[in-house]
This record gives sequence, C-alpha cells and structure tokens, in this order.
Amino acid sequence: MEYLLNPEILTAQIINGLTIGGIYALIALGYTLVYGILFMINFAHGEIFMFGSFGGFAVLTLLSNNGFSTTHPTLSILCAFAAAILISSALGAILERVAYRPLRDAPRLSPLISAIGVSIFLQNAMMLFTRGRMQVYPDIIPENFIEIGWLSISCFQISIILGCLLLMTGLYIFIYKTKTGKAMRAVAENREAASLMGIDVNRIITITFIIGSALAAAAGVMVGIYYTQINHMMGFIPGIKAFTAAVLGGIGNVPGAMLGGFFLGLAEALGVLVMPAQYKDLIAFGLLILVLIIRPKGIMGEVVSERV
Amino acid sequence: MIRIEQIFRLTPPKKKILVLFLLVLPFMVGNYWSQILGDIGIYIILGIGLNVVVGFAGLLDLGYVAFFAIGAYGYALLASPQFGIHIPFWLMLPVCIAFGAGFGAFLGTPVLRMRGDYLAIVTLGFGQIMRITLNNLDPLTNGPRGLLRIDPPKIGDWIIDTPIEWYYLIMAGIFFAIFVANRLNDSRIGRAWIAMREDQDTAEIMGINVLKYKLMAFSIGASFAGLGGAIFASRQGSIFPDNFSLMVSINVLCLIIIGGLGSIPGIILGSIILIGLPEALRGVQQYRMLLFGGLLVIMMIFRPTGFIPSARKKIEFKK
Repeated sequence: MEYLLNPEILTAQIINGLTIGGIYALIALGYTLVYGILFMINFAHGEIFMFGSFGGFAVLTLLSNNGFSTTHPTLSILCAFAAAILISSALGAILERVAYRPLRDAPRLSPLISAIGVSIFLQNAMMLFTRGRMQVYPDIIPENFIEIGWLSISCFQISIILGCLLLMTGLYIFIYKTKTGKAMRAVAENREAASLMGIDVNRIITITFIIGSALAAAAGVMVGIYYTQINHMMGFIPGIKAFTAAVLGGIGNVPGAMLGGFFLGLAEALGVLVMPAQYKDLIAFGLLILVLIIRPKGIMGEVVSERV
Repeated sequence: MIRIEQIFRLTPPKKKILVLFLLVLPFMVGNYWSQILGDIGIYIILGIGLNVVVGFAGLLDLGYVAFFAIGAYGYALLASPQFGIHIPFWLMLPVCIAFGAGFGAFLGTPVLRMRGDYLAIVTLGFGQIMRITLNNLDPLTNGPRGLLRIDPPKIGDWIIDTPIEWYYLIMAGIFFAIFVANRLNDSRIGRAWIAMREDQDTAEIMGINVLKYKLMAFSIGASFAGLGGAIFASRQGSIFPDNFSLMVSINVLCLIIIGGLGSIPGIILGSIILIGLPEALRGVQQYRMLLFGGLLVIMMIFRPTGFIPSARKKIEFKK
C-alpha cells in the first residue's frame, strides 16, 4: 500500500481520472439535457456516442489514406470532429422524430422500451456494417509527453481535459446566456407554459437532442484518438457510466452532470489503487446505488421538480 | 372430495385439447425442437415472474437477470462437485425460490423508495454488479470457467436428462408459475398492486402500504427467477457468468411487452416470438437483432399494449 503515498502514481491516476471523467461528463450532459426536458432516459445515447466515434474514424481513415493528414494533422482532426458531430446530431434529431416524439404522451415505460429498441437496432446496424470487427483509429499525431520535473503528462490527456472544459463552458454559456438556452430552460420548467409563451417546443426538443448528441460525438472521437480501438459495443458501458454520472450530479442539472462525470472518473481511477482492477466497474454502480440511497437527488440536486 | 374424473369432466373441451396437444407435442417435433421448447419454457417462467414486477406492480426492473443468476448459482453450488455437496434437485427448488425472494427483498429494501426511472437504472447496475462479481469471485464461482457437472434431477433411479423429459418438467414449472401468478393477480395483493401502478398517491390514501406491496412484488417476482435459474442450471449441466448478461434482462422485458404487459397468453406468445423464432430463422440470424430492435420501436408506437393485451389493460386503453 506504500504506492498510495507515491505522488507520481497518485498524480498520474488523478490525470487519468480527469481524462476519462471529462469524457463521462460530455456523455452525461446528453442524458441530463434530455431528461431535464422530456423526463426520459435516452437509452440509445451510448449508441449515438458510438456512431460519432465511427464517423470520426471514417473521416480520419479517409484523410490518412490520401495523405492529407500527414500534411495537415490538426485540420484533419478538426474535420473528424466536425464529421462526427454532424453524423451524431443528425442521428439524434432523427431518433427524436421517429422513435420518441410519437410517444411523448404515452406511459413512461413506452419511450424507454422504444429507446432500448433503438439502441439494439443501432448496435446491430453498426455490427453488420463493420462485420463486428474492432476498428483502429489511424495514428495521426504521435503521443507526446510533457515532462515537468518527475511528472510526465500525455498531451492527449491534457487536450482531452481542456477540450471537455471548453465544450462545457460553451454549453454553459449557451444555456444561460442565449435566447435559445433560455427557451430550453423554460421548456424544462414547464412545457405547456413555455408553449403558451410562444416557444416552439418541438424545435427546442430537437435542439436539445442535437446538442446532447454533438457532445457525445466529440467524446466519441476523443475516445477513438485516446484508446485507438473502437467497436460497435463501445457505447454500452460508457453510456451506463455516464448515466450514473448524470444521476450522481443530480439528473436534469447541467453543472451537476459535469461534476458527476469528473467525480466518477476520479473515483474509478483512484479506486483501482485500493482494489483489484477487475472490480473497476463495480465502483461506478456501487457509487450509484450508494448515492441514490443516501442522497437521491444527487450531489448538486435536481433542477427539475418531480412530475406528479 | 374432488376426484380426477370430476376435474376431467369440469374442464372445458378446448382446454382438454390444449393439454393433450401439449402432452404429445415433444413426440411430434423430436429432440431438437423439444430442446428449443424447453428454452422457450424457461423464458416463459422468467416472463411470468418479471410480469409480476413490471406488469402487475408497474416497477421497471432492468436487472432481473441477477435473480436468475442467484437461482442458477445457488443450485449449482449446492448440487455439483464444486464443494462436493449434492442436495437433490427437488429439495433445492424451494431453496432456490427462497434465494430469489430473499435477494429480491434484500435489494428491494433500499431501492424501492426511488422513482421509476432510477429504479430501472439501479436494477440495471445491480445486474451488472452480479455478473462482474460472479466473474471475479474465483474461489466460489470458478470465475469465467464456470461451474461444471451440475446434478440433473432424479426421480428414484431415473435421471431426467433428455430434452423430452425436460420438456415435461419445464411444462410443470410453467403451470405452477401460471397458477401462482393468476392467484396473485386475483387476490387482494393483486388489486393493491394495480391500484398502486395506476396512481401511487391515491393508493396510499386508500390505505395501501405502498412500500410493503412494492417489496412484495419485487420479491415474489424474483422468486420466479430463482425457480427458473435452478431449472436452467440443472438442465444446462454447466453455467458461466456470461449466461447472465444484460441481454437476458432485456429479452425477458421485451417478450412481456411484445406479448402484452400483464397477460399470460401474451407472455407465452412473446417467448415463442422472441426465443423460438430466431431458432426457426437461423438463416437470417445476423439481421434478427436488427429487426428486433426496430420491432420494439414500431410496437411501442403502433401497438403499445402488445399482441395479446390483458383484459384489464384493454379496457384502460379504450378510455
């Protein structure tokens, strides 16, 4: 247990935790935004993340095959992000229109089952498309390490953490400073009253799905670049964990989801120091159950009130 | 005293034909299809159990597989060479049912205070925890290597091990499960569940102890999974943590919803569609999950009550 006091390992694990936590937070935001407005768990959100990752993969592979990525590495990565965001946002908007909107006033079980159906559908569609094989992200930028004294940090990790923070700040400004953001908050508060105030509720809900999906897509490309291997099942576990993060922070609460994501990432990274690594997944679910029992509204509390 | 002849005379002819058909069915279709009928049968038992939780009481449980695993591992540990304990199958059946019920109560006590969606996710998490634990608890469960050479049921010296013999045993299990579920549904408890499902606050005002009845539904539902698990383990002869993946929970949930929530004929139809059809359509196996996912969405939009809705639901949806 002496290694627990070793600052090198401890710092490394904290940075690992923040990296994966940022990714959880980005996915968790999608859950929390949709839940805040529709009171439904978008079970297919993990698959939207997976499609984003594959979208980025397709573009990067294309660009590295024709040599563009060796001359313009940064531009290629930006292209990958753009393509992923485009694909996932379109997918999110279509899903909302096809699978969730007809069920908006149905009993709460119906949209959840529909979402499970969508999730199974998307997983299998991607499996058929990739023939179930693991895909490997092309190596475009070599992984550099920054050395600060005894500390060595991967550039990828720093960029992921900074990228996540940037996206979250953007989202925060969008929700709290723009007119559309205000409309989103109004719809979350009370859909009918918002529509009486002249807000196009359907448009706002579509925008919510698009934003959530775009964030998940960004997370998908980050995971692809960082872990390099992706497959059609990659959305499942991060999806559940991100949902856990959203609940930890208080579902429906945007800053809560960010905090919950980082918290979960750190808890996992530090947890493996004290318990066997194969139990890593237990930490997330154990924490979830614990938080729900002790503080069912999450760390930051739910913003939305319970619908009677 | 009611005699056998009397029961026979009182049964309507339709039922007589049905029972006769079920009795001769395995001989008509042979070993391969009897095996599949057995698979379908186990899912029917699980479906009936989950229906108590979801259909009767309206609690969404996505971790039902955990109780199935409890039943299966409970039987396998106490009736296999793993620890050299060989308790007979018939004695283990009630024990596994009790394991299921006990675990259901144990998990239910903290989580049933939560709202519906949270319950779904916590049970889902619990199902995952169960599989991870089974995978890693090497000294007890052998981890991914699984438990092997599990005892089959015996009647005297006669060992039940062919698909056709299993068919009859599972059929008996299904009849038992249907009997219990029907009795529960028509009882005071069943009415309390329905009241609670429709409007929790009103039910509470009417003097129903909501928490107690939720716990009861959860625990009784879990006990069916315990029964199914014990049958599954002894029929397979060997079990592995991967037998208890999330897909089992999702399959059981989907079959009761496709068939018709709350209706037992619906569950039977749902099991045949979900478990039997893929066997018949082995040629298009790779597309079957794709179709299945799409079917769930279409079903929810166009026929949310399922193929054979329960009589009560039919009335509710007409309103």
